[in-house]
Amino acid sequence: MSETAILVKNVKKKFGKVVALNGVSIEVEKGKVYGLLGPNGAGKTTLVRILATLLKPDTGKVELDGKSVVNAGPAIRELIGLAGQFAAVDDYLTGRETLEMVARLYHLSRKESRKRAQDIINSLSLAEVADRPAKTYSGGMRRRLDLGAGLVGRPDILLLDEPTTGLDPRTRQELWGLIRNLAKEGRTIMLTTQYLEEADALCNYIAIIDHGKVVRQGTSAQLKSSLGADIVELQVQSKDQAKAKEIMRQVSNTEPRFDEATEALSISSAKASELLLSLAQELKKDRIKPTNLALHRPSLDDVFLAVTGKKTKPRVKASK
Amino acid sequence: MKRVRYAISDLLVITRRNVLRIYRTPSLLIFSSIQPVMFLLLFNYVFGGSVSNADTGQYINYLLPGILAQTALFGSMQTGVGTAEDISKGAIDRFRSLPMANSAVLGGRTLADGARNIFTVALMFGVGLLLGFRYNDGLFNCLLGLSLMVLFGYAFSWISACVGLLIKESEAVQTASFLFIFPLTFASAVFVPISGMPSWLQVFARNQPVTQVVTAVRALMGGGSLTSIWITLAWIIGIIAVFAPISIYLYRKAT
Repeated sequence: MSETAILVKNVKKKFGKVVALNGVSIEVEKGKVYGLLGPNGAGKTTLVRILATLLKPDTGKVELDGKSVVNAGPAIRELIGLAGQFAAVDDYLTGRETLEMVARLYHLSRKESRKRAQDIINSLSLAEVADRPAKTYSGGMRRRLDLGAGLVGRPDILLLDEPTTGLDPRTRQELWGLIRNLAKEGRTIMLTTQYLEEADALCNYIAIIDHGKVVRQGTSAQLKSSLGADIVELQVQSKDQAKAKEIMRQVSNTEPRFDEATEALSISSAKASELLLSLAQELKKDRIKPTNLALHRPSLDDVFLAVTGKKTKPRVKASK
Repeated sequence: MKRVRYAISDLLVITRRNVLRIYRTPSLLIFSSIQPVMFLLLFNYVFGGSVSNADTGQYINYLLPGILAQTALFGSMQTGVGTAEDISKGAIDRFRSLPMANSAVLGGRTLADGARNIFTVALMFGVGLLLGFRYNDGLFNCLLGLSLMVLFGYAFSWISACVGLLIKESEAVQTASFLFIFPLTFASAVFVPISGMPSWLQVFARNQPVTQVVTAVRALMGGGSLTSIWITLAWIIGIIAVFAPISIYLYRKAT
């Protein structure tokens, strides 16, 4: 049997009356990348903060490498590296100074600290900006530096809280590359994300979390096949709405979904591209001009719709 | 033993971080120095003529120790403001996830703010000399007085750290701090003799720490009874002994 790096068993956490975690259980094998996928306020950050010893769970068991986060805080802190969505880097320090400072806080000697900082600067391609104050950094560089600070202690377990939220697509890709490399080095990585795409690109195993509960977990492939299918989405002028819905029903033999907010009709199907073609033909016959006709992969919203039977919506974020 | 050595090393690393911040935002240092200088000039020239010299002697000699205390108190407020900023920017989360001493983050901040206070107090003293302030109990006692002021500000830094950790919002921390800093500085012997206040207020004014430190420093610089020096030291030790453990506890619990 493979070793367990992270064990979370029936963990509950409340902030006042707000239930952030309502009985979460998760097990992560050593060396795997585990994704927690869910919307804002689902409880992802709360769980990461518990794993990082920043919060104590109300009830339940949380162990990293067999050590309890509640009793063995100092030992856990030797084991983990944390990088968060806020990119907690000091604006007025240079990247190098930040990394050296963190290394000194891991009690490396001055010389070792300098070397460790240089290694991280090299491996995260920060050389160009390393000696500039972080306030001059772009969003992507800040995240990289933040990630670097999380790596200074050579952690066995890396906790990444929404590592790419708010980044542009190109920068996100770069960061994904870095995270993949870190995974190859055999680290256990727990990352949280709001993007299905990101979980898909990086994680061996994904848990969908909503309202403080894990609603489904599995490998990326398992989850995707359970979600099925791509989605055909159609928007028409309101006068054509009823007619278009009827055509869609006939073509697909299923009842289309209607989104009140966007006035979009949608159907998920394993043969979405064929469906799209015949739908286009039928619409043309009836002289209905779509304002939008599109095929897309399931989004997190779609996943939620499938798994929880309701749309994701912004909730009040649990306090940090 | 190793733990103690690590704790000291952590403390120095964090102190350096905060000193660098002060050093690299010179505009902040300049304006936080101009403000007390402005107070000194305003109070000296506005009140100086009206306050009877019979009560105070040359007013600047009376005023300067008072303004130094006010400066030290206002400066200590920065500890809470900075701590609240560290919470909101996530720096405290980072530090709390590292295997470092719990005391280092707040200890390092109070020390860095203390260093800034040394600078401001020295500057104010220099301006005071230009305005005609004279100490006449020897240079040693004068320096002792300045050191007492800096220590007094340092003790209040720990109160401010508590406020910062409880309120967590830097602007609110500032407002909340004024709620106790203003009564402490004005209902005291900082600007005018206590004897002119209503008797109920005199009770408070006479016994609160700011009056004690100001009286002590006046005694060290101009001669007089030295009892308030011991009372001031007791206040300093007492405040640190109570508020340092509380704020370190709050730091560990911070969410």
